Amino acid sequence: MSASDTTTTTKGVGSYLKAHLREYGLLFALIAIMAFFQIVTGGTLLKPINLTNLLLQNSYIVIMALGMLIVIVAGHIDLSVGSVMGFIGALAAVMVVNWDVSIGMTMLTCIVVGGIIGGAQGYWVAYWNIPSFIVTLAGMLVFRGLSLWLLEGQSVGPFPREFQVIATGFVPDILPGSDAFKGLFGTRNFNVLAFACGIIAAAWVVWSGLRQRAQNKAYGIEDEPSSFFYGRTAIIALALVFILYKLATFRGLPNVLLTMGVLTIVYAFITERTILGRRIYALGGNEKAAKLSGIKTERLTFLAFVNMGILAAIAGLVFAARLNTATPKAGFALELDVIAAVFIGGASMSGGVGKIVGAVVGAFLMGVLNNGMSIMGIGIDYQQMIKGLVLLAAVIFDVYNKKKG
Amino acid sequence: MQDTLLEMRSITKTFPGVKALDDVSLKVRTGEIHAICGENGAGKSTLMKVLSGVYPAGSYDGEIHYDGQLAQFRNISDSEAKGIIIIHQELALVPLLSIAENLFLGNENAKGGVIDWRETNQRTEGLLRKVGLRDAPTTLVDKLGVGKQQLVEIAKALAKDVRLLILDEPTAALSESDSQALLDLMLELKAQGMTQIIISHKLNEVRRVADTVTVIRDGQSVSSFDAAEGITEDRIVRDMVGRSMENRYPSRNVTTGEMLMRVADWSVYHPEHDDRQVIRNVGFDVRAGEVVGIAGLMGSGRTELAMSIFGRSWGQNISGTVEMHGTPVDVSDVPRAINTGLAYVTEDRKGLGLILDDTITRNITLSNLPEVATGAVLSQHRETQVAEKYRRDLGIRTPGVFQKVVNLSGGNQQKVVLSKWLFAGPEVLILDEPTRGIDVGAKYEIYGLINDLAAAGKGVVMISSEMPELLGMCDRIYVMNEGAFVGEMPAAEASQERIMSLIVNE
Repeated sequence: MSASDTTTTTKGVGSYLKAHLREYGLLFALIAIMAFFQIVTGGTLLKPINLTNLLLQNSYIVIMALGMLIVIVAGHIDLSVGSVMGFIGALAAVMVVNWDVSIGMTMLTCIVVGGIIGGAQGYWVAYWNIPSFIVTLAGMLVFRGLSLWLLEGQSVGPFPREFQVIATGFVPDILPGSDAFKGLFGTRNFNVLAFACGIIAAAWVVWSGLRQRAQNKAYGIEDEPSSFFYGRTAIIALALVFILYKLATFRGLPNVLLTMGVLTIVYAFITERTILGRRIYALGGNEKAAKLSGIKTERLTFLAFVNMGILAAIAGLVFAARLNTATPKAGFALELDVIAAVFIGGASMSGGVGKIVGAVVGAFLMGVLNNGMSIMGIGIDYQQMIKGLVLLAAVIFDVYNKKKG
Repeated sequence: MQDTLLEMRSITKTFPGVKALDDVSLKVRTGEIHAICGENGAGKSTLMKVLSGVYPAGSYDGEIHYDGQLAQFRNISDSEAKGIIIIHQELALVPLLSIAENLFLGNENAKGGVIDWRETNQRTEGLLRKVGLRDAPTTLVDKLGVGKQQLVEIAKALAKDVRLLILDEPTAALSESDSQALLDLMLELKAQGMTQIIISHKLNEVRRVADTVTVIRDGQSVSSFDAAEGITEDRIVRDMVGRSMENRYPSRNVTTGEMLMRVADWSVYHPEHDDRQVIRNVGFDVRAGEVVGIAGLMGSGRTELAMSIFGRSWGQNISGTVEMHGTPVDVSDVPRAINTGLAYVTEDRKGLGLILDDTITRNITLSNLPEVATGAVLSQHRETQVAEKYRRDLGIRTPGVFQKVVNLSGGNQQKVVLSKWLFAGPEVLILDEPTRGIDVGAKYEIYGLINDLAAAGKGVVMISSEMPELLGMCDRIYVMNEGAFVGEMPAAEASQERIMSLIVNE
């Protein structure tokens, strides 16, 4: 073997950037947009209360984007998630408020029903080869109608306090030393748990990044240039510490942030590190080749929709708890925001491409746009147009990048 | 006799690395039926593409004289304007449009963009009568059988004032009676003065209709003779296969062991047409250390046979038994087939074999992911090790195993597919056209790999359209034609002539 065969070619920083422009571009765009709104809103964007709001407002989009990413990577689409989310919220309201069912039982039932709804749609897509666009378009209408029927056209609420906590509650500060930090930072509140979480998360990002890098080097896997690695890791770690510090000075860790964070980590792990995840990418990349390689493509498609239903149900619970009422219009057109988040996050319409982290960042990018423009007092008309153009720009960027190869 | 309508002089066409046509000449007289014969890959289709302008003037060397003039077609419309029309093997009709709509597609009878349906239907009726069809012009093409569709194609050509009609394997998909009807029509058109070229593997048909035969082999025109000199199947076969056999296949010491796989009474029906039996009661066996070939023309059902065995990946209403080591096994889906020790390397590398946008590593481990995982969690380290091992063993030429396979050459892509299946640990490998579309050097490497597999005690079933390859590589050869096995012989007793005559004498 010649030397060039055994050593992986070390490319320049430029060519690496070119190959991964999309991923860095997304991170850079989020930072740039946040900086822009931070300046034009006179610092309102990153105020602790607004930051907390931003997380709460977008939590259900993020949760559904996790499932939507998997559906889209598998080569399909789900247009029904907004309606399903609304329907589950309605179901929860009727069960808790009208029928006095316990909250635990309600949540369990809602999640199971979500899974069944996903399965009922996935069945036709997976085993009958009916285009998912059609099946879920039908689902969108059916569940919108079912919500109306279930709520008898009325709003149902309010929920008991214990149910609202799902969306609006905060994790209690179990760590000591709050007063000391208050003095140190000169703030009225300080939630030590939230701050500690920020430090731990940042440390974990740095540690796992370094470990992965050491492993890659040991196995001879091509890696990003060190300047990029350190820059990126530093930005993410500092951002984590900064955001959690801000939250700590307000009311601490929102419950939904915890839910969202745990789900994101679990799904990122499943998609990137497990056999199941790999098979989903293979299915979306070339269904026929995947099938001939012994992958049960039908079952996998079915499961992707079941999973989507479950996540839509969780989002429905969060959404209902946040609004403290279930309305027949809940979740209207939300599927479009979720799908937009996934495509802005770099997923490909034809399947096989896309990352969980990308979808989450995409969702927050849209969220920051919404939030920032609202603070600026930009009308909903302009907001819609701008969001539409951002989606188009992101996808054009993808296609252009791919063409240039 | 008659004057010459078409003369192609010294046509040479090269693709990067391959000389597809080398100094080919063809002379077609007005009013005759001229047959072009040759093996798959001999260059017949390339020649027709040069003629019709798919490869425009200037992209090849040589001259085309048509109707007494030097012709330089830049595209298909140019050649069609001169009345040269090709009917391809794969029909180009729109299934959900009516016969009339198809006949005048792109050539509509319209005034100011509005179609005159009365004229369209009248003209269609006239054309259909000419080709002997009695269906209504408004019938959807979808509702017609393949034989009738072929006739509609000819009617479509007639609608365009065709002067030279070229039929590429027109009877390949037709039943015996439909074929006869088509050949009768060709003779009738000839009687009306139409010049025709037919490309066909079915030599009995060639003998029946052709006035002149040109044989092409390895991109060269080797002979041309007319009815006066005598058109016999023997002569065509001899010219078609008469290449010299060089030492293009690595040698191997054959030591066959126990019976690995035996397939019996295998029957399969077409996935869409449940009355069409595609595989008829096929049986074969493979021993350890043996390379068994399946010879046959394209469309004879070889791929369908292999895919139906491999987890019922093709066809419906499948019956028959598969035994491994003498015990019946369940191969009803792909995971089960893999578990019994089967692997199928597809002929359609890009469509069915690889995930092109994925890395070499991820393609290689795909069919055996649990092997590189702890529980459900993949180990990137072990994956990389596996990929590196196969890169070394099979000599996959790439800057690294994290390259996307789309960037590899055909030969290296094929090695990735082979790696994937070797990693699945099979006992019997079915290789479907393992050297299609790859260059000579890579072919030799693939042959070496096949020999290594046999030496390691695996059973290999090799499907190929290139007969010399089968003769050079296999220990035993089955001959397949129209969905059935028509012969079996040890390679030592096989010859291209013998295989060909088994096929054409059906």
